[in-house]
Amino acid sequence: MAPVATPFFFYLLSALMLAGGILVITRKNPVHSALALITTLLAQAAIYLMLYAPFVAGVQIILYAGGIMVLFLFVIMLVSIDRSIKERQFNSQWLIGVVAATALGGLFIAVYTKGTDLFPGQATLAAAEGDNTQRLASLLYGQYMFSFEIASLLLLVAIIGAVVMAKKRI
Amino acid sequence: MQSVIQYITSYLGSNQTPGAAGNLFWVFVYIMLVFGGLSVAVIAMNWLERKILAHMQVRLGPMRVGPHGLLQPIADALKLLLKEDLIPADADRVIFWAAPFMVVLAAFTVFVVVPFGPTHAITDMNIGILFMLGVSSLSVLGIVMAGWASNSHYPLIGALRSSAQMVSYEVAMGMAVVSVILMTSLNAAGTGTLSMIGIVQAQLAQHEWFIFKFFPLGLIAFFIFAVAMVAETNRAPFDLAEAESELTAGFHTEYSGFRWSLFFLAEYSAMIAVSSIAVTLWLGGWLRPFPNMLAGAGWEQFFSFIPGTSFLFLAALCFYSTARMPKHPYFRIQTIGLAGFGAVLGLVGLILFIPPVRAWVQDIFWFSAKVAGFMYLYIWYRGTFPRYRFDQLMKMGWKVLLPMGLGILILTAGVALYQQNLWHP
Repeated sequence: MAPVATPFFFYLLSALMLAGGILVITRKNPVHSALALITTLLAQAAIYLMLYAPFVAGVQIILYAGGIMVLFLFVIMLVSIDRSIKERQFNSQWLIGVVAATALGGLFIAVYTKGTDLFPGQATLAAAEGDNTQRLASLLYGQYMFSFEIASLLLLVAIIGAVVMAKKRI
Repeated sequence: MQSVIQYITSYLGSNQTPGAAGNLFWVFVYIMLVFGGLSVAVIAMNWLERKILAHMQVRLGPMRVGPHGLLQPIADALKLLLKEDLIPADADRVIFWAAPFMVVLAAFTVFVVVPFGPTHAITDMNIGILFMLGVSSLSVLGIVMAGWASNSHYPLIGALRSSAQMVSYEVAMGMAVVSVILMTSLNAAGTGTLSMIGIVQAQLAQHEWFIFKFFPLGLIAFFIFAVAMVAETNRAPFDLAEAESELTAGFHTEYSGFRWSLFFLAEYSAMIAVSSIAVTLWLGGWLRPFPNMLAGAGWEQFFSFIPGTSFLFLAALCFYSTARMPKHPYFRIQTIGLAGFGAVLGLVGLILFIPPVRAWVQDIFWFSAKVAGFMYLYIWYRGTFPRYRFDQLMKMGWKVLLPMGLGILILTAGVALYQQNLWHP
């Protein structure tokens, strides 16, 4: 079967992602911003699919587009939007923003130019297409067990923190 | 021209799904078939739901449009298409416009991976079940968008209720699904699968539907899924999102005409989609009853006659009703119509007896029959259970089904490890 991972699709999806990202920060209506963010996340899932990582793409759709963004919308819808649209938009932290963006851009350029030395080769890529999920599982629960558990501990702390803050008496 | 014909016929001998074989022509044909079949199923469901509910409540149900109201869904569809398509003045027009499409898109895209047979699926992904859960969770977005964009109180409350409900029940549903995926890994290689076709083949290889696996663990997981799937699709007794007595019609109160019919279409095709997940995961998908125990040419022959026979039975029912129609001249056209409908059903039954068709339609028939059972259950629930209160619903989701699902998951994992001699307590 001919691969669908052609440059055309990559550029299409990247354009979608960029357009969505720009809309997120320029729309005044927060619901429109959230919907633009969903577009970005879905395009990102499609790019994962192009990279032969179907499991990551599926999880991206379930968690981000289907779960987290629904909760975002849920909260935004309860806010009075009429008032927030009339408010003046301001940005008092542009200096920090510029520094962070420059650092991130520098990181991307560094990875793009020297990435071949930093990451293992692409030999496993083609083989990983069929049993991608199994390989991911054996990596997560084998080689990277410790970091995986630390990440889940972090989430647990966040959950307990949310419960403590939300409940007056426990 | 020659190469086009060759491209089309090259798929016919293959034992793969058209998507896996990469044949775009047959992919297109399958998409059209699934789409058409779904639309017919939704129309049939519309009529059946009214009729069955009516009979449960000792009423007659639709009787006027066509014999026994058979043309009622078509009349309704026409009415919906001719109705004025209103958009409230203060609505957010773009989102109001996009919401029904989002819901329909999510409800229909799911069918890309539904396996009607070992080769009768549009395609087979190695993340099949994950894809189904993910895409069907996108329909929440459409509901939230519809409720918010209407800029009205009842739709907003309805959308909040239904999104809270769907997000909570997805968690319990996921637990039940994961326990099935653990069961698929019980083979020599020890590797499970997420592919929908792979899950059914694992049930064939293990000589057991997963509902009976590790009794009663599989049964409890199935029960959790069966409850969660009714809540997922916002159907009675969990239809708080559109509780008529409290919220008019919930998130689609402000919709009318064609847009409303899109919501209707999406609701019923989502019901069919979750039922087909349940059938695939627990009830052996396209497998006929006892594929291993009652194997052999004789049994094969016997079971291949069942699809045609069941259609002939339906035709016989039609003819019986034709004979019982009132003899008054006023009913003449209806009587002829019912006899004609019976004749069509009988003809379909006879076509299903032709040997190549018989072999081809086997899997699809068993799959559809199992899904139809679930559809009947949906109507039955609606006819019998009173509606839950919202706090009861949330308590049920988070405090009963989720802990039960977690327990089942851990127990299944334990038993599976024990069976594979990886763990000895």
